[in-house]
Order: sequence, then C-alpha cells, then structure tokens
Amino acid sequence: MNNTFLILKQEYLKRVQKKSFIILTILMPILIAGVYALVIYFSVKDDTQERTIAVYDESSLFLGEFGDQGATKFHFVPQEEYTELKGKLKGSGYYAVLYIPGNIYTNNQAQLVSEKQLPLELTEQIERRMSRFIENDKRQKVIDDSGIPDLDERLKQTRTSVRLNTLKLSESGEAKKSSSIVAFIASYAMGIIIYFFVFMYGAMVMRSVMEEKKSRIIEVIISSVKPSQLMAGKIIGTALVGLTQVAIWVALGGIGLFVVQGFFAPETAQQMGQSLMEAQGGMNPAMAQAAEPNKVNEIMEMIGNLNIPLILFSFVFYFLAGYLLYSSLLGAVGAAVDNDEDSQQMVFPVTFPLILSIMLLFPIAKNPEGQLAFWTSIIPFTSPVAMMARIPYGLPTWEILLSMALLVLATVGAIYAAAKIYRVGLLMYGKKVNLKELIKWLRYKN
Amino acid sequence: MELFEARNVEKVFASTKALSDVSISVKEQSIFGLLGPNGAGKTTLIRIINQITAPDKGEIFLAGRKMTRADISQIGYLPEERGLYKKMKIGDQAIYLAQLKGMSRGDAVRNLKKWFEKFDIMPWWNKKVEELSKGMQQKVQFVTTVVHQPKLLIFDEPFSGFDPINANLLKEEILNLRSEGATIIFSTHNMGSVEELCDSIALINKSVKIEDGPTDAIREKYKSNIFDVRYRGQFADVEKVLGAQYEIIGHAETEKENTLKIQYLNGNSNNDLLQALMPVVEISAFEEVIPSMNDVFIKAVQNANKK
Repeated sequence: MNNTFLILKQEYLKRVQKKSFIILTILMPILIAGVYALVIYFSVKDDTQERTIAVYDESSLFLGEFGDQGATKFHFVPQEEYTELKGKLKGSGYYAVLYIPGNIYTNNQAQLVSEKQLPLELTEQIERRMSRFIENDKRQKVIDDSGIPDLDERLKQTRTSVRLNTLKLSESGEAKKSSSIVAFIASYAMGIIIYFFVFMYGAMVMRSVMEEKKSRIIEVIISSVKPSQLMAGKIIGTALVGLTQVAIWVALGGIGLFVVQGFFAPETAQQMGQSLMEAQGGMNPAMAQAAEPNKVNEIMEMIGNLNIPLILFSFVFYFLAGYLLYSSLLGAVGAAVDNDEDSQQMVFPVTFPLILSIMLLFPIAKNPEGQLAFWTSIIPFTSPVAMMARIPYGLPTWEILLSMALLVLATVGAIYAAAKIYRVGLLMYGKKVNLKELIKWLRYKN
Repeated sequence: MELFEARNVEKVFASTKALSDVSISVKEQSIFGLLGPNGAGKTTLIRIINQITAPDKGEIFLAGRKMTRADISQIGYLPEERGLYKKMKIGDQAIYLAQLKGMSRGDAVRNLKKWFEKFDIMPWWNKKVEELSKGMQQKVQFVTTVVHQPKLLIFDEPFSGFDPINANLLKEEILNLRSEGATIIFSTHNMGSVEELCDSIALINKSVKIEDGPTDAIREKYKSNIFDVRYRGQFADVEKVLGAQYEIIGHAETEKENTLKIQYLNGNSNNDLLQALMPVVEISAFEEVIPSMNDVFIKAVQNANKK
C-alpha cells in the first residue's frame, strides 16, 4: 500500500509539475472562453464595413423604402447609370448593384450583381426587406378591398406564436417545467466531457507505461514493487491529475462567470438576444425584448429542474468507471508493445467502442428512448458516454442500475485481464504482439 | 552460513524450459558468480530471486527463511538492461527508487549524498538523466542499486558500459560491499572478473546446472595434467627424451631460457618427467597449469553439450 502511494504521488507530481500541464490547464479555459467571446463579439457587433449598393428600381415600388442599414447604404440610380454600372462596377465606388425588375410583384425575382462573393447575411437581409415590403403591400390591398374598417388591427391580433412549455411529471406526481433543448445540451456536453477525459487520461496511463518499458527502468521498479501496485498507483495518480484539472477549471470558470456577470452580462446578453432574434427575422424587436428576461428565467428554472444530484453522481460514476476500464486496458497495451507504431495498431481496437459511442452521441441524445440509445447505454464499453447522454432526460431506475452493474463487472474483468497482460508484457521485448498473443498471455500463470 | 538458497527451482515458459531442477546456495558475505552461455536461464533465475516471476516448482530461501515478497527490500538489483527515467532529475529519481525499496526520505538523501560524493557525481544531482553521459548514468544506476544497504546484491553484467578506470572503481566497490557484509550474486560473461572476484560459482547450460562450487576447486577440477616447464638447454634434446610418453603442446625459446608446455599421458608422475629431463637440460621452474575460468567455461559447456 505504501508503495502504491509512493508511485501515485510520483505520477501525480510528475504530471502536475509539467509545464505542458500548467499551460494546458490555464490556457484551455481561456482558449474556450476566447472562442466564445469572439463568436459573441462578432454576432453582436454590427457589420462595420462601409458598403454602398446602387439600386435600380424598375418597379418604382421601393423608392425611399431602402433606408440605410448599419454601414450598408442604398443609393437609387436611374436606368442609364445602372446600365453603365452593370458593365463596369469597378472604380464606381459601389459595392453592388441591385436590379429590381418591373414584374417583381408577381415574379418575386430580383438581381444583385457584384464583383465579389456577397456575404450571406447581406443578401438575406435584402431578401427579407423586399419580401416584407411586398407582403405588407399585398395585405394592405386585401384589407382595402375588403372594406372592413379595422381589419388591419384585427389581423394583427390574429398573429399567434405558440410555445410549448414541456412539463415533466416527477415520481411524486409534481409537474416540473422541463425542456428538451436544455436536456439535449446537457446530455451532449456530458457525453463529450466523459469521452474527452477517458481518452486523454487513458492514453496518458498508456504512455507512462510505455515510457517505463522503453527506458528499461521497469525491471528495477518491479523488483521493488508488485506490478499490480505499480499499475494501481499509476492509474489512481493519473486520475487525480484529471480531477485536479477539472477542479482548476471549475474554479476558473466560477471566477470567470462572476467577472463576466459583474461587468458585461446584462448589456451583452440583451444585445446578443436582440441581434439573434433579428437575425432570425420575423419577430419584432419589442417582442424579442419582452421574451428575453422570461426566457432566461425559464432556462434557469429548467436547468434547476434537471435531476442535478443524479446527474452529478452518475457523471462521477461513469467518469471513474469508464476511466478505470479504458485506462487499465490501455495500460495493458502500453505494457504489451515496445514501440509507438505497434501501440497505435493496438490502441484502435481497444478504444473503438469509445470512439463509436462518441460518433453515436448525436443520435442518442436526440432520441434517448430508442433502441440504439438503450443498447449502447447498457453495453459496458459504450455505456460511459451513451448513458451520460441519456440521464438528463430522466430514465427508469432499473436501466441505470443495470448499466452501472454491468459496467462495474466489465471494469473488474478488464482490470483483472489487464493486470495479467501487464505482468507478462512488461518484460517482453522484441515480440510483435497481436490479439492472439495477448489471449495466450491471459492463460499464463504468474 | 548460507544467506541465499534456491532449491530445485523449475520454470517453463510456454513450451521452452528455462530452468530445470536448479539448486544453488550462496554463503553469506561472499561473491557468487552465476555463469552460463546466452539463453541458459540465468536471467530467469535472477528474476525469480527478485520475485519478478514465480518458479513453477522449487523454493527459495533468504537467511534460512522461505523468501517472501517483503524480502525484496533486502535485495539490490542491477539488471543487464539499464534504464532510468529520462526526464527526471537524478537526485529525485534516486530518492524515489530508494523509497520504493522502503527507505525513509531522510535516510535516502543522507546515503545518496555519501555515494554521490564517492562517485564524483554530486554536481549532477539536479541534472536530468538525458543530460548525462552513458558512464555517468551507469554510476547513478549502481548507486540506486546499493543505496538501501541490501543484504543481497544482484549484478547482471555490472561492468558493461564502464571504461577501464570506472570498471576498476566498481570492482573495488563490490569488494568493499562484501567486506562490509553484503552478499553478492553476479552474472557475467567476463571470465577475467570471475577469477578476480568470485568466491564460488554456478554454471548453467540449457536450463540445467552443470557445475558449481568454490572457484578454486572448480578450476582444480578442470586441470588436465598440463605443465609449464622452464629450462636451459636444447629443445631438440627435450623432444628426444620425452618421446611418446608426453604430449608437447607448445614451446618457446628466448635468449635466457626456454619454456615448454606439455601434457602427461598414461599416468606419468611429476618425478617421471623430472627424471626424463634432468639428464639433458637444467630445469629452472616447473608448475602445473591451472585452467582459466574461460577454459573451464568452454570445456564444461562443450562436455555438457556432447552428452
């Protein structure tokens, strides 16, 4: 036990003190935060590029209707200028030429000519404006024709937007607000986090075993400690590194959230909400603004209504069990091979179920009740990722228990098999190892 | 007293027999040579002693008690294939390895400093292994093997990788360790060092022990009636008188005196030889040739393979 602790400490300190660990741990959240900040920044920020678009309106419908939109300006030109511009846009100072034909009202077609590939946002914006204008105009005509005095008002009142407030009946019969979107995001995120950690730290264990074997120090080490102690120390030590990293990230995230909330949040969130709504079109700003605070509260409520204790517990459980399962197998691979190429060949079959589960994560999170989701979350090798993706939706207890029990069984079995392969493999050099060989090793006595 | 004993040890790997019924015993405070051609089973035996692998049959004893896992802290092992953690500072590394052998950190640091001073590697305490020369790494590795003051030391090819000066330093240290009370098992193909160091040996060939005992006794045993004679006189006369009774293996002539190497045939005695030679030449020296360990090794293995 004492030796296991020594190894654990050694493995832990070795990794935590590494520059790459410190850099990754600190840089990673900054990087992620940075990427999000950029995305938000660009979605909030107005398009600042100055553009002037020449408009030749044959239909004469839109005169004066194209106000300036941010940095994009519209300039109506007569036909002669249009013909000239069409041939030679370069040097004219115009970014593009919009041609609205006379039959736009019936044909719904217009033309935008430019030298460059036009930004999607710009073309969509123009399309939206023209459509809305024509639509309004047509509607007005209908209203006028009908002779009903306040038809306009009445029609406006008919505008309806239904929102589905999904409620989930808890076991005590209490109805709680739930949201499949929130559950989907939660399940997807958790599946990815588990996959990422199991893979990254499992590979770390493998590399550490290989390093000892390659440098030949292994013979000295296992003449001091049992291989099982060495493996246990390595696996636990590496797991602690992972937990340290998570703890640091959680702390940094907490601080970051606090800072962001304190300084920028109200303004930015609103702005962002608005611009998103506008981008989606159709909804008027007033509505968007009215919806916003409600929505935030609702999302908070929905997050609160997820079964947080269960999710946290199962996250820790599947993380640890999945990590133990894969890191012991990868540790055995590290012991079995003695060069990098061989390790790559062996790593793929071992981690294939894990990779498969991440590839299936999307369909599983989308349809957590399906056959695919059920089986992948019961079978031990895919269950750490798959089950985690289902739990936020709420599952029958027996399914969770069955999946956990099978995973524990598989993990124990994997550790047992890995320990055998590990023992044999550590001192085996110059032998090309394949699956058949490994199975033979399993039958060896000490 | 026997410090270490292996009784009837047997080990089979898949289909090949690595050791069959091998017994050795090593006296306390002695140096024991474990010899044999490549692939004879020496490393397997060493790994069994180190509890890295378990024997299929047989038992091993340390200081009269059956050896257990806990006893490995009493052993220091220098494997043939050396290796250290490349990225770790050698001081930290040595402390870690000593701790794995059960030393407290304080004791480890104290002892290590002594050894580092002795081997002149103190300035490298904070250097990483990959920055060290090969010879320097070997020294560090040797220190980590002995730092926990084990009762039993196992050296597998200890001199490989050392230059003659450092090899000599190592030889002295091995003898020092013995005089301080350690028992040493050492495996090598360098027969010169066996003659110099080993009190007794065992020779293993194809998984079977074919010879063991005190080094001197074994060399005695492999004597084959060969004698060196130094004389003044004519070789032609010598040749004439010895005739068919003796086999002349070699002769050399110098200005001062001649030498002759002969082998007795059909039960000649020393006196027979002297009587034959005295009338024709003047004998200045006469001694029986004791075979070198090299000769013993080759002969023993060849005999065993003939059977």
